[in-house]
Amino acid sequence: MPREESEGVTQSYLDLRQKTRERDRSLRDKVMSLEEAAKLVDNGASVALGGCTASRTPMAMLWALIRARKTGLTVSRSIMSTEGDLLYASGLSTHIQTSWFSQGIVWGVSKVMRAYTESKRATFEEWSHMAMGLRYRAGAMGVPFMPMRSMMGSGVVDRAPGAKTMECPFTGEQLLLVPALNPDVALIHVQRCDAYGNAQLDGLTFMDIDIAMAANKVILTTERIVSNDQIRRHPDQTKIGFFTVDAVVEVPFGSAPHECYGLYEPFYSHMDLYAQMTAKDPDKGAADYLERFHYEPKDWADYLSRIGMAELLDAQRRGSGIYDD
Amino acid sequence: MTTELTRATLTESPLKAVPAYTASELLGVMSARLLKDGQTVFAGVGIPLLAAILAQKTHAPGLTILFEGGVIGPFVEAGKLPPSTNEQRCTRRANMLVSITEVLLMLQRGYVDVGFMGGAQIDRYGNLNSSFIGDADNPKIRLPGTGGGNDIASLADMIVAMKHEKRRFVEKVDFITSPGFLEGGTSRADAGLPAGGMFRVVTDLGIMGFDEATKAMTVVALHPGVTPQAIKDNTGFELPVPADVPVTEPPSDVELAILRELDPQRLYTA
Repeated sequence: MPREESEGVTQSYLDLRQKTRERDRSLRDKVMSLEEAAKLVDNGASVALGGCTASRTPMAMLWALIRARKTGLTVSRSIMSTEGDLLYASGLSTHIQTSWFSQGIVWGVSKVMRAYTESKRATFEEWSHMAMGLRYRAGAMGVPFMPMRSMMGSGVVDRAPGAKTMECPFTGEQLLLVPALNPDVALIHVQRCDAYGNAQLDGLTFMDIDIAMAANKVILTTERIVSNDQIRRHPDQTKIGFFTVDAVVEVPFGSAPHECYGLYEPFYSHMDLYAQMTAKDPDKGAADYLERFHYEPKDWADYLSRIGMAELLDAQRRGSGIYDD
Repeated sequence: MTTELTRATLTESPLKAVPAYTASELLGVMSARLLKDGQTVFAGVGIPLLAAILAQKTHAPGLTILFEGGVIGPFVEAGKLPPSTNEQRCTRRANMLVSITEVLLMLQRGYVDVGFMGGAQIDRYGNLNSSFIGDADNPKIRLPGTGGGNDIASLADMIVAMKHEKRRFVEKVDFITSPGFLEGGTSRADAGLPAGGMFRVVTDLGIMGFDEATKAMTVVALHPGVTPQAIKDNTGFELPVPADVPVTEPPSDVELAILRELDPQRLYTA
């Protein structure tokens, strides 16, 4: 990728520090509603999503942004599943940066992703998984790039904006440099955090800790809000610090129909329903799905009711079993 | 996540007689046998995961499985296969959980012996495509992309398990998502990839390796009942078959029983 095309991919270091300096990073109550948190995301913003594939997807926050009719977001994630389809179909985003994008291997190639990208209504900017991770890490470290040893020689590198090769000044080897990714906003769903945003994660952390550090604003949704005293009893479990967090929203089953480690597994029947609805006519199927599950429900509880109590109980039974023998 | 096309895209096996196992089961058994006890294998879901567990339960109890989700050394439960490498089912009885970036950096650091994934399209030099069918700027089909496939193929010795069909074994892939030996010879190392590379491609017809000098694909074994002509007929490029090519042992009852116990719903072995 020529230099002029990749300019503007990374943020200036002093701008990044200035944005951080301007944030209120004090130990203060940040609890708000989904609707209030949605106001913190501007149209056109770059947004990073925590979790991976069907795990700890910040589904409730995306649901709120879709209902708020936000538009023009550039959205990045380690791997995109059904939420990527919904970003395209709702108009929330026409530009997704990720390493893999489909509902999941067992459901095949996403028909909605195909329909939008093949007709050029939307962009799927593909990076290797490690490249996504190191882009967030560079952002978290406050450096403009990270060196790495994959992607070279492939077609992926030619289509990745801002990726460059260099000769190592120490060894003379060829290395790939990937640009820092400092999203305007990170949306991360966690098992528990306090009102200040100290988040304790169970199980797989994916790229979430780097994403929180890289972003200029962090919105946490959490299965439950716990006291600061409870956090202080086990500070070693705190993976995302309050000083990076700008909003805390309590949303039970906030990743549904995806999973939240130790609490619920993916809602498999609902995931099958989604695949069926979008199989024949992806545009209509996704629009119908959005209408029924995103626009019509009067609130998040109504959304969960429409998915169904039997599904919810089944997902919870399977999910909580991870700690059993 | 490493990719393979879905069940819907499978076609009939060129084997005439009805075998006592499916093509996917054959793939699982044959690739499991390539894994050695004590190795560390970076596995995708589907056949790679099944084969790795099968190896654990047979000849390689000391096999360590790594998943891209950040999982080190799990024992995945029979009947509870994960839908990707990133859900909690992958973490069952693991030794350690780390971030995605950390587990991929272990690959870069050199802690992985074998990378093991499926493939949608492969060429003579073992390059894999899971991004675009047709021209990348105007694709006929946009596929899900690399996931960790590019990283694994760039940094580890690779085993690929896939169906052997002419449209999948092509002279040149439409797009190199995960690098094999690129243009052959020394082109892989010249491109900045001095380590790793294709080791074996396991299909329902045979097992392929790569010539030491040219890096072109060549048959190293045929499965029972597969003729040299059959494997050539199902390959879209000139595939050499040595005159004295060995024939693999068919899957045993024990191997098949373990696979079927692992995947009772036939998610990956139908």
